[in-house]
Amino acid sequence: MIPEIGHFSLILALLVALVLGSFPIIGAARGNAVWMGLAKPLARVQFILIALAFLCLVYAFAFMDYSVLYVANNSNSKLPLQFRIAAVWGGHEGSLLLWALILSIWTVAVSLFSKHIPDDMRARILGVMGLVSVGFLLFMLMVSNPFERLIPAALDGRDLNPLLQDPGMIFHPPMLYMGYVGFSVAFAFSIAALLGGQLDAAWARWSRPWTILAWIFLTVGIMAGSNWAYYELGWGGWWFWDAVENASFMPWLVGTALIHSLAVTEKRGSFKAWTVLLAICAFSLSLLGTFLVRSGVLTSVHAFATDPRRGIFILAFLVIVIGGSLLLFAWRASTVGRGGKFDVISRESFLLANNVLLAVAALSVLLGTLYPLFLDALNLGKISVGPPYFDAVFAPLMAPAIFLMGVGPIARWKEAALPELALRLRWAFGISLATAVILPLMLGNLTPMIGLGLFLAFWVFASSAELVYQRLAKSDLPLLGRIKANSRAWWGMVIAHLGIAVFVLGVTIVKGFESEIAVKMLPGDVAHLAGYDFTFDGVVDRIGPNYQASHGQIHVTKNGVLRTILEPEKRLYTVTNMPMTEAGISPHLLHDLYASLGEPLEGGAWSVRIYHKPMVEWIWFGCLMMAFGGFLALADKRYRLKRRAPSKEVKSSQQPKNSKKAKV
Amino acid sequence: MALKARHKRFILIGIGLALIGLAAMLILNAFQSNMVFFYTPTQVAKGEVPKNTGFRIGGLVEVGSIKRGDDGLTIHFVVTDTAKTVPVLYKGVLPDLFKEGKGVVAQGKIAADGQFVASEVLAKHDENYMPPEAAAALKSAQQQSKTLVMPNK
Repeated sequence: MIPEIGHFSLILALLVALVLGSFPIIGAARGNAVWMGLAKPLARVQFILIALAFLCLVYAFAFMDYSVLYVANNSNSKLPLQFRIAAVWGGHEGSLLLWALILSIWTVAVSLFSKHIPDDMRARILGVMGLVSVGFLLFMLMVSNPFERLIPAALDGRDLNPLLQDPGMIFHPPMLYMGYVGFSVAFAFSIAALLGGQLDAAWARWSRPWTILAWIFLTVGIMAGSNWAYYELGWGGWWFWDAVENASFMPWLVGTALIHSLAVTEKRGSFKAWTVLLAICAFSLSLLGTFLVRSGVLTSVHAFATDPRRGIFILAFLVIVIGGSLLLFAWRASTVGRGGKFDVISRESFLLANNVLLAVAALSVLLGTLYPLFLDALNLGKISVGPPYFDAVFAPLMAPAIFLMGVGPIARWKEAALPELALRLRWAFGISLATAVILPLMLGNLTPMIGLGLFLAFWVFASSAELVYQRLAKSDLPLLGRIKANSRAWWGMVIAHLGIAVFVLGVTIVKGFESEIAVKMLPGDVAHLAGYDFTFDGVVDRIGPNYQASHGQIHVTKNGVLRTILEPEKRLYTVTNMPMTEAGISPHLLHDLYASLGEPLEGGAWSVRIYHKPMVEWIWFGCLMMAFGGFLALADKRYRLKRRAPSKEVKSSQQPKNSKKAKV
Repeated sequence: MALKARHKRFILIGIGLALIGLAAMLILNAFQSNMVFFYTPTQVAKGEVPKNTGFRIGGLVEVGSIKRGDDGLTIHFVVTDTAKTVPVLYKGVLPDLFKEGKGVVAQGKIAADGQFVASEVLAKHDENYMPPEAAAALKSAQQQSKTLVMPNK
């Protein structure tokens, strides 16, 4: 009964989304206030219906209703409750439902926090989000229904993929989806601007916080995924350039370009068409990423042969969204205007260069991810493009982008002078160059890549220090006053940039100085790595709720002093008969010690992998700093909700003009 | 002045295009030199594989073929597509789902003695899941045996 309620409310949600996607947009074109006014209540009704459907699925998982096919495929009676609930988004159908739920949350949020946006603009934005929702709900109801019944019911479920039975997996997908779907707001703003032919500084100021918020979620989501891969896969890696990871990284790259381009649009009125294009691309890549990861196309492009309707629907949906919005862009881009002029040497130019580099980087990831799939789909052979390709491409593309991060914030808008920039940055340049050579020599390993990485990291540190010093020195206020004199958005930028530097530093050090060994160890054996002695104490059996584990213990000493105890585990999940590796990690600010069990050998011996990972935690800490910088920017005064009377006057005076424009 | 501004814009566009061209060259070059091709054991047996560059092979781990060295980390096994076999040498810890009779993909080079020296062994995380390359190798071997049988009929 409960699953039918969920199914039924999804159908109702589709009907609501159809009305939301049509009437407000038509109303905005015709200046019909009643039709436009439908958008807000419909957005709320849609949210309630989808949330109800989602709760029904959660209920089916929590109370183990194995007469629902999706539950039977992704859960098991022995699975602990928190994982049963996380299993709701552990598969294709449920993750689509999560997607739709998050989209409805964003839609409601826009309807709540858009009091200062003109009625026609709000109607168009909510309408476009409604249209996206129509696509997802149709897809679910036609070919991926999570409430499909299994008759007769299964006695027990097939269990959730053990890889996903981890606390990190509970949070990672919702975070990532908040980011993916969050770009639908920027997308809807852009489509609304194209439809209405109105794109000004106010538009940029309204859409910026939404875009930054989505970017924060995406940043944290990717970070959580990378961290999960590090401790869950047992190979000590934090990024594999795997297609699944690339799928989330492409929208991040374009989204990062977008928040910078939006800044120019707000401050200078330039880059308007480019901003719109980036918003369309960021959301298109988010859609592509969702489908790449969740449709099974990566496992095999021929996976669709079992259910070709899914593949055809996905392709059609992507073509309609991407093709349609690009067509609209080609047709209407000229109406949004061009904006202010700027010199070859100016902050605009530096930001443009940064944007182009990020876009090219995203394209290179797209090529490496999709080309092998295309070849395979067309039966032209099987190839794979591994980390060497991405490494070879990324360093030369990102190095200039990171270098420009030091120059851009210091350069003036519109027209900057190279000699002045050089003068201001000479110390930063000298210090970072010297550090890049001296530090690796002291650590005993100077390679071009280590030198480059360190140079870039310290360049961002030093140039940010110069930037902050200049801003704070020229004032008579007390220090706290001087700090407050600069906007939170500006401090957010500084901290996010420092986050990049921390990230680059972590990557450089871990890539340049990590070490690992793989050894066969009997209880009592000692392995040596990076000055530490790893003593294998043996393995004991443990029984988990739905697995059997071999729980190992390795105590680590340095010069005879006990430093830490690592407890790697090898689990066998009994329902799926899948072995899993749980790494034993001792995290530390300067270096992680990491051990994972390979396989049992004869005589109680195990093959063991041991890693020494210097400064690897800085990678994720850098990501958190970027996200925190984003939050600071969000907290900026100018995004505070203004409920003053004047804004309403502006609204009513703008309205007729805009509606006229829309008709043209 | 107007001319000057125009010149500047041309210079900007020119530099931009040149840089994008350079980036495209870099990307395509990196792409070409890092593509890893996939071959089936049958293709390896026929000698259709490159001599000095790495490639991937896929198939099933032949039952009873796994032999470990004394260090526990040197492993010999045989990959088969049911038609032909390739002996593989790998040094290191194998992935969790590496099992006899199950699908496997290995990346590496062919040594002078005809042995495939693997630098990486992949077996994905699912009991019933077959790496796509391995599945393709088995399928093509089956098809070839079919075409061999056909004329006799």
